[in-house]
Amino acid sequence: MNVLGKYKSVVSARSTDKEILKASQDGGIVTSLFAYALEQGIIDGAVLAGPSSRPWQPQPFVATTRAELLKARGTKYNICPQISMLKEATRSYGLDKVGIVGVPCQIQATRKAQLYPIGMRDVPDKIALVVGIYCMEVFPYKGMQLIVEDHAGQKLQSVKKMEIGKGKFTVITERGNVTQLPLKVTHKYEQPGCHVCLDYVANTADVSTGSVGSPDGWSTVFVRSRIGEDVWGKAMAAGCFETKPIDQVKPGLEMVTKLATEKITKNQKTVDERAHFGVGKALRNPYI
Amino acid sequence: MEIFTEHVNGIMIHKITIGHIHESGCTGCLAALMDNYQGIFTILDKYADLVYGLTLVDVRKIPKMDVALIEGSVCIQDKLATDEVREVRDKSSVVIAIGGCACSGNITRFDRGGQQNQPQHESFVPVSDLIDVDIFVPACAPTPEALRNVCVMTYLLLRGNDEQKALAGMYLKPLMDLARSPYGSKASFNTLMQEVINLGLCMGCGSCAAACPVRAITMEYGKPQGLRDLCVNCGACFSQCPRSFFDHELMEHHEQIMGMLKAVMQ
Repeated sequence: MNVLGKYKSVVSARSTDKEILKASQDGGIVTSLFAYALEQGIIDGAVLAGPSSRPWQPQPFVATTRAELLKARGTKYNICPQISMLKEATRSYGLDKVGIVGVPCQIQATRKAQLYPIGMRDVPDKIALVVGIYCMEVFPYKGMQLIVEDHAGQKLQSVKKMEIGKGKFTVITERGNVTQLPLKVTHKYEQPGCHVCLDYVANTADVSTGSVGSPDGWSTVFVRSRIGEDVWGKAMAAGCFETKPIDQVKPGLEMVTKLATEKITKNQKTVDERAHFGVGKALRNPYI
Repeated sequence: MEIFTEHVNGIMIHKITIGHIHESGCTGCLAALMDNYQGIFTILDKYADLVYGLTLVDVRKIPKMDVALIEGSVCIQDKLATDEVREVRDKSSVVIAIGGCACSGNITRFDRGGQQNQPQHESFVPVSDLIDVDIFVPACAPTPEALRNVCVMTYLLLRGNDEQKALAGMYLKPLMDLARSPYGSKASFNTLMQEVINLGLCMGCGSCAAACPVRAITMEYGKPQGLRDLCVNCGACFSQCPRSFFDHELMEHHEQIMGMLKAVMQ
């Protein structure tokens, strides 16, 4: 199995939109791409992870304007059930061309909703743009709260940005305090359901992106499908992004491959071990 | 993509025969099939002849057919119904249970009898409790798109070339497995709980909440909570869950498959 999935092209990219970059996690790829698609009528709305009543707890919502898109900038690192809004978007909001962003498992769910739309009436033919984000794992809200409040010693309300990268979990507060934790500390708070996931770079998205492989402030972008190629090409032509060839940036594709291999190898082991979890009894394998 | 376009031209030669068999259901599944609008005409024009169906076909006796779509559960006190499903099994190559009632009993699980003019009709079971069912298409109602996809794939399984058969086999396998699984005919929110959440597989995507036709599932702190008194036992949540079944190899070809489905429905 190719750990990076099928793709047509890969580049290092950054948005040219200053407003988006102000609060983006890395290169502002997702927000810029959706803003362009919305403006051009490629999508008429998008299911995104927006703010909720609890600090740093994301809540899925349907954005139909640029102003709403901007609310979803940045990575939240805890669970946001995007797919719960997918049918809402088509049936309650009446959208005909839906954009959706998600981590690999959510992109898998989106593709399953298209091919096996068991309970997804009016969804399969109305998915217009699927953008995936690289993901190693996420935390349940309470797990993340524990990491930030007990381990990093910061109030969730005061946190401006969180980052996972270079083996560290970094918490940056509004007042500028930076606390770093080794990932060794945070591993045990990961969502258990993530440990059977065999996809790191959202292999089935139209376009997938994440910081890994590119310099700070830039993102690595895989263009995977014909839809992805079409939208990405148009957005590039419209000047939405500046790009660099992936083989000319550090740490480059090697790093993406390394992390993808690590994740998939580790999780495949978990899947295999589940086959002998009890005494002569297996835990169900969802992939067979 | 070649393998998918090739058959579009060569496809119309050998239609399959299909029938719709109505047991104890609300006709919502048939309505869902018809909600493919133009698509249902395309299916009947190009790929399948409808040889049996309540109100739609003027045929009294169940004929031999390639594919039987059974809607509704079966009342075991109703001899007509139980004889009928046995006969359907005997006369069909492929039996597809469509909708929650046929697959897992759905709302008819709550029946206690006592209704005029057959008050003794009180026990309803999914079709697969009485006969071998080959394919499940759960949910209340099943979606027009799911019925369309399964009809096209079943056609390819029976009439396609080797590659198409292989693709259709891959696509239908999980729905076949579901029909034979110990939990398929018992499906409800509890199945999602016992086969996904309790087994450490849930990652909080929210597919179940979107799929639930009665909005019994909400996402609390990113995880599904089911109001089990609202659950109608349709099985949509479990089947929609990416952690109930997911074939990476098939899903990798999602774009071609969606393209093919679109092409054959033209």
